[in-house]
Amino acid sequence: MSVLLFVDQSEGHIKKSSFEAACYASKVAALMGTTAEAIVLGQVADDLTALGKYGIKKVHTIKNDALNQVDAQVFTKLIADVAKAVNANLVIFSNNFNGKAIAPRLSVRLKAGLVSGAVALPDLSNGFTVKKNVFSGNAFAYVSITTDIKIISLNSNSYSISTTEAVAEVSEFAATIDVAKVQVTATDKVIGEIPLSEAEIVVSGGRGLKGPENWALVTDLAKLLGAATACSRPVADSDWRPHHEHVGQTGLAIAPNLYIAIGISGAIQHLAGVNRSKVIVVINKDPEAPFFKAADYGIVGDAFEVMPKIIEAVKKLKQA
Amino acid sequence: MKILVCISKTPDTTAKIAFTDNNTKFAAEGVQWIINPYDEWFALVRAIELKEADPTVLLHLITVGTADCDPIIRKALALGSDEAIRVNADSHDSFYIASQIAEVAKKGQYDLIFTGKETIDYNGSSIGGMVAEILELPFVSYAAKFNLEGNTALVVREIEGGEETCKVSLPLVVSCQKGMAEQRIPNMKGIMGARSKPLSVVEPIAVETLTSIASFELPPAKAGVKLVSADNPEELVRLLHEEAKAI
Ligand SMILES: Cc1cc2nc3c(=O)[nH]c(=O)nc-3n(C[C@H](O)[C@H](O)[C@H](O)COP(=O)(O)OP(=O)(O)OC[C@H]3O[C@@H](n4cnc5c(N)ncnc54)[C@H](O)[C@@H]3O)c2cc1C
Ligand SMILES: Nc1ncnc2c1ncn2[C@@H]1O[C@H](COP(=O)(O)O)[C@@H](O)[C@H]1O
Repeated sequence: MSVLLFVDQSEGHIKKSSFEAACYASKVAALMGTTAEAIVLGQVADDLTALGKYGIKKVHTIKNDALNQVDAQVFTKLIADVAKAVNANLVIFSNNFNGKAIAPRLSVRLKAGLVSGAVALPDLSNGFTVKKNVFSGNAFAYVSITTDIKIISLNSNSYSISTTEAVAEVSEFAATIDVAKVQVTATDKVIGEIPLSEAEIVVSGGRGLKGPENWALVTDLAKLLGAATACSRPVADSDWRPHHEHVGQTGLAIAPNLYIAIGISGAIQHLAGVNRSKVIVVINKDPEAPFFKAADYGIVGDAFEVMPKIIEAVKKLKQA
Repeated sequence: MKILVCISKTPDTTAKIAFTDNNTKFAAEGVQWIINPYDEWFALVRAIELKEADPTVLLHLITVGTADCDPIIRKALALGSDEAIRVNADSHDSFYIASQIAEVAKKGQYDLIFTGKETIDYNGSSIGGMVAEILELPFVSYAAKFNLEGNTALVVREIEGGEETCKVSLPLVVSCQKGMAEQRIPNMKGIMGARSKPLSVVEPIAVETLTSIASFELPPAKAGVKLVSADNPEELVRLLHEEAKAI
């Protein structure tokens, strides 16, 4: 018996969401009376023994260049091989793009019930029940997994990261690697920026900002806070901002610690993508804007007057 | 070429979310039902465009659900497709639904299967990948662009912080999101025509379920917003730092 974590990497570096999932995996393993192991596919520059800090006891690597590109079919087979070898009865993923591509396949392969978008530790008191997000962040469901092997994919920013001084044991796993049927021919990635889905702070702008020429009010604040930037749907649809910044029901759903919404009305479809944020700040000149009902802090005021002052105040705070 | 588009029924995006029967059932009364937006706007419309570009394409729809799905299936037919299949079953288990879709897909020998990126009610994001695994087909998730060159699909898919272009031979399963196509509104001719298009109802195959929903819960209500005066925005920064400890 063991818990197996799929460690997701990008350009040789482990994604932050995997550290969070590692802490989650080791905690669940402790609840189940076992230990957490991890699988890392492809070439990774990071020191893998450091996964021990997050509670992982053993790391199984398959260092092969072909695995630097994720192919869900190829990865599913390898994760299934390792899961069988370590007798895993629970496999954990981050509920990110790769997790969403691989976990459903693995569920079929292992006949293992999958809960995607988990937001808390499972309840083991009566079977195995996992709390997950449903109705686009407007409700939770408690889902029982009824199979022997189980799969959970964890929403980002759902479990807090804590570390110890432990060191993980790393070993190479021997396996046959299939040829990927999906060939990646080009990658277009904003290098150096924090991916929106992993950001702890997100600064977001809406139609209230009037046009793309005013976006420094959003990007300057984001830079100071080490935040990612986002926007409402009409903003992306008008090409004021790139499409991958669009959050909401039809865009990305995020759950940062802090979401700052500037000139966004707070339509229900927008809220569906951001209402899991821990702290919501709304800056809007209309006191009746629906977003204030979902906010923790707010300023009723003109963004063009308020934002420069906020940016100055944050600058001071960061220098202090 | 044969395309199968997976269509599911969801509450309207503005529907009030509430539960009955001791929080074990969605309160469906008075709720307006729509085609899951990703299925309609992106998967279906892109498939219709492929058929418009090549009239020999056969375009079929599939829904796993009970008879109350028929109105949304008719709407999907009105947007444009040749026929629809409804597997007469009521389940929220992804593996069960995927197995039903895979069974129909196997029999129909489809070259291309489109799903939405996720359902906006159960948010599984799982059906497409499961169907692909059952059929042992490649799967491209979160596709934002899709083009065909003969038997090869060129797909742009979303990844963390960017996108990736990939190339893959049919048959294939693709989950679709924004960018694939633009929303359409059915016209009168389509609506009239949809009434006489075949909608066949088939009974489900026997498969096990792997999960079950024990109960639902609404998120706790927000305590209420703390407003800071627009004359003193510095106070907001202080609160976020000292009180919320968020910056
Ligand atoms: C099925 C469906 C799905 C949708 N999905 C999404 C989605 O995923 N994401 C999304 O965002 N939307 C989505 N929408 C659209 C959504 O309903 C709203 O239309 C949209 O969110 C509005 O964007 P906005 O708040 O930027 O613009 P508006 O609604 O125009 O709001 C602008 C706000 O800015 C304020 N403002 C104006 N000037 C200033 C100023 N100087 N200073 C401060 N504030 C100012 C105004 O008071 C107003 O509240 C969807 C709609 C549908 C029907
Ligand atoms: N009951 C269903 N019948 C047909 N297709 C479905 C059904 N449920 C989900 N799908 C398809 O699978 C996609 C992903 O759904 P899910 O995995 O539930 O988020 C949806 O966008 C639909 O295209």
